[in-house]
Amino acid sequence: MTQRYKCHIYVTLRPSVLDPAGTAVQSGLKQLGYETVEQVRIGKYIELILTATDETQAQKQLDQMSDQLLANPVIENYRFELSPVESLV
Amino acid sequence: MKFGIVVFPGSNCDRDVATVTQGLLKQPTRMIWHREKDIEDIDVIVLPGGFSYGDYLRCGAIARFSPIMASIVAHGKAGKYVLGICNGFQILTEVGLLPGALVRNRDLHFVCERISLRVENNHLPWTRAYSPGSVITLPIAHGEGRYYASDDTIKSLEDHQQILFRYASEEGELNAQSNPNGSLSHIAGIVNRRGNILGMMPHPERAADPLLQATDGLGLFAGLLR
Repeated sequence: MTQRYKCHIYVTLRPSVLDPAGTAVQSGLKQLGYETVEQVRIGKYIELILTATDETQAQKQLDQMSDQLLANPVIENYRFELSPVESLV
Repeated sequence: MKFGIVVFPGSNCDRDVATVTQGLLKQPTRMIWHREKDIEDIDVIVLPGGFSYGDYLRCGAIARFSPIMASIVAHGKAGKYVLGICNGFQILTEVGLLPGALVRNRDLHFVCERISLRVENNHLPWTRAYSPGSVITLPIAHGEGRYYASDDTIKSLEDHQQILFRYASEEGELNAQSNPNGSLSHIAGIVNRRGNILGMMPHPERAADPLLQATDGLGLFAGLLR
């Protein structure tokens, strides 16, 4: 019996890695008048649907695929959320 | 010395390399489509510049899983020559043959210009054509060329003399103005511990033909033939 899971993966730059794109967006926000913004960091959001026997196995798959491809551990961290879904819609 | 130049979908400096190895240096050269696996006949594998797989996800991240890559990892681990230029350098870090990563340039621009490089040592075939500390001029063309690695990795690279090229001024000084992309420790090119695998962001193949009035890059290829 397998279950389908919808997964949301967030890939972010490690804090030690400079994010010039984030800095550029921050200065754009400042020009718009948002003086309160103290820091902007830009990451990636990946959505995927997979099947697994249970949630633990789904998490294991997500860890593996994140380590191997979705994130580069030298420069990035990742975290994910997942929830069971019935259909692809 | 037989050269093999790997062609990924999106490679665009592959023929420039062949122009140097086959055209100028008269060495047997074979273009290797990324779906091939047999590279037993090759002495020097070159991963050329370009935008393999559109640079999707991260530069070099998808190319790393091409069918050819397992053979290239084996080739490198056997101590044979592997040269990664620009996108090729990014692929070598993604596949783990070289440490660190190449991330978005400090100033966000795609930098396309001729820059000065200081040759840090000439103990290896890659740089034996140059004198140590000499300054050469090569073109760069990249948006993601800022070398990043942990402090420990940078120290290890320094300790083992694995940094072959640094961005420098024309006088050979290291300063922020002469660092076009914000690379840590001004790193433009590194080798693995054994010295047979070189990754570099500058393009030696674009500065080899006298017709282009820039030949500082030719020695890198010629050095392998001695």
